[in-house]
Amino acid sequence: MEITSPSFKQNAREALADPQLQKALNNVRTGFIEKRQKAADALPEFDALRDKAREIKDHTLAHLDLYLDAYERRVKEAGGIVHWAESAEDARAIILDICRSAGARTVTKGKSMITEEIGLNEFLEKEGVKPIETDLGEYIIQLRGEHPSHIIAPAVHLNKEQVEADFRRVHDHLPPSRDLSEPEALLGEARRVLRSAYFAADVGITGANFLVAETGTSIIVTNEGNGDLTQTLPKVHVVLASIEKIVPTLEDVSQILRVLARSATGQDMSVYTTLSTGPRRKGDPDGPEEYHVVLLDNGRSSVLGTEFQDMLRCIRCGACMNHCPVYHEIGGHAYGWVYPGPIGAVVTPALIGIDKAGNLPNASTFCGRCEAVCPMRIPLPKMMRHWREREFERRLNPATYRTGIGLWAFFAKRPRLYRLATSIGIPFLALFGGRKRRFRSLPFAGSWTKHRDMPAPESRTFQQQWRQREARKQGVMP
Amino acid sequence: MSGREAILGRIRQSLGAGADDTARAATVAKRLSKPPKGIIPARGQLDERGRVALFSTMAEQVFASVRHVKGADDVPKAVTEYLRSRNLPSSVRMGGDPRLAAMPWQKQKALQVKSGPSDGEDEAGVSHAFGAVAESGTLVMTSGPENPTTVNFLPEHHIVIVDAGDIDGDLETVLAKVRKTYGKKRMPRTVNLITGPSRSGDIEQKLLLGAHGPRAVHIIIVDGAEGPG
Repeated sequence: MEITSPSFKQNAREALADPQLQKALNNVRTGFIEKRQKAADALPEFDALRDKAREIKDHTLAHLDLYLDAYERRVKEAGGIVHWAESAEDARAIILDICRSAGARTVTKGKSMITEEIGLNEFLEKEGVKPIETDLGEYIIQLRGEHPSHIIAPAVHLNKEQVEADFRRVHDHLPPSRDLSEPEALLGEARRVLRSAYFAADVGITGANFLVAETGTSIIVTNEGNGDLTQTLPKVHVVLASIEKIVPTLEDVSQILRVLARSATGQDMSVYTTLSTGPRRKGDPDGPEEYHVVLLDNGRSSVLGTEFQDMLRCIRCGACMNHCPVYHEIGGHAYGWVYPGPIGAVVTPALIGIDKAGNLPNASTFCGRCEAVCPMRIPLPKMMRHWREREFERRLNPATYRTGIGLWAFFAKRPRLYRLATSIGIPFLALFGGRKRRFRSLPFAGSWTKHRDMPAPESRTFQQQWRQREARKQGVMP
Repeated sequence: MSGREAILGRIRQSLGAGADDTARAATVAKRLSKPPKGIIPARGQLDERGRVALFSTMAEQVFASVRHVKGADDVPKAVTEYLRSRNLPSSVRMGGDPRLAAMPWQKQKALQVKSGPSDGEDEAGVSHAFGAVAESGTLVMTSGPENPTTVNFLPEHHIVIVDAGDIDGDLETVLAKVRKTYGKKRMPRTVNLITGPSRSGDIEQKLLLGAHGPRAVHIIIVDGAEGPG
């Protein structure tokens, strides 16, 4: 998909001015937070399970090569085929090859962010294989030629009137007089339309929430049941999963499942958690005849062992974006690539480069809500700070920004000079602040003061006030 | 160099794994053969009666309906009654599971029992669960020659029979039973953990039941002779 992260600022401005989007985002600002809190409160062991989940993933990542090797062996024993893809390009070629061998004209797809990451739909379409998204949200945005704006609620940027208009436009074989005013009617129509697609498809493609090394099992976690129909009815099932989806054992995955759905939607368990191991067995009345797993690296192995390794613990629950004040205002598309929100601000620079994604880790107030709710305890703000450091080291920021920081650093490294400069400067600023004690505009900070006033400082510097406070505490008036 | 070697090589390099991997390999082998159990929520750690009660409560919270029968022989009648209460045609799709096959279906004169996988036209499907998880109201279904996966997903109504004695407190216990029944390193092709009927919140985050899977899940718990009945 096209990367628009470099024009993040423009994207964000447009998002803020889009009344449909702002209306739809109200659904994120309310529901998700309350539901997660309720589910977490109802399980006394929730926080201990988060620690456990982190520990399991850290252990797995430290032994990733060995667990991948064990996983591959088990898949083969169960009659499945494992493919290794270093890049998005490799993965696309492998999947196309499987589709061609199956003589596939259409493929159904379960919801999968990683197929977005490799741009699978556009590619298959170009090669003459028609991909059909079956998750309701994914189906809707596919009709619109859009990409997901949220990792678990892909159509969260839309209102029902927009969906109705799309269904009327695309399902033109149905009577125009039908009533589609309620979400129930829209869901019913999508269900009927997609039913025949499941049976007609030659290949079903899903992602995976987990791969279990112990048993060679891939796991999908869903609510609609579309993923299961996608992987059960066609004669070939392809699982596309990135290498960090591995967990060692069934016990380990049970631990992480307890924090996944609670963090995502506030459910104790999602409706369907499906464990798949190999193709249809002898005597089985249904299920795919071929079972393929495509293991994708696409830059992840290089993240291991760096200060960014913790991002590989992510289980894609979406809690960080559900709680992010920036995401709440601009939605997911403004981030300009596949992964939005705080996790997107950390993953995107690793996958497409900090030169293109530099705006993302800067679009944060470091309020810390994302880290506070992350079930895998990923230190998202810290990692955004690391990206800002990398950006600065590579001299990617604008000149005014670099000069400003450089000037500040010059003084900050010379405490005496700093104290002198601030003790002269601050009273002046306090004086110019006027009776309202605010600046409506400031030189070099015009874009900041365009949206709000800068409060004028107190008449003394912070350090002076601090000394005074400490002295008062000890009972000595200065 | 193949993709496999390149990826594994890069991982080893990033992790700083040396030529001698014996310690790491031993750690991995140990965890795979003796999985540590982790944290088990206290809520499910009850006696059988308590587990059955918790399972029913949790399943109803996620919009499944639950009823109890005394013995396996009472199941066909309970199925007929469910179909009638929902105004459904007197017909069910069912796999050849021996526990289901042993039930007196022929006594339900009007009931048509279709065997084999679902063709997508069935109003109601009947399956027997491998077990269930009390802590979350989850049914555990395993696939096999006599248990088609399609019956779990294609019919509008999914009727699931579970023995009270197969309801465990936590997910780990049920999965360990799957492992024990099918043999280590040999999972059933599909294990479906099902928690309520299919749902979607994709349009304006409004919760709707009956997305692509069943609109309704009806659970019949076979309590056995001493059960609450």
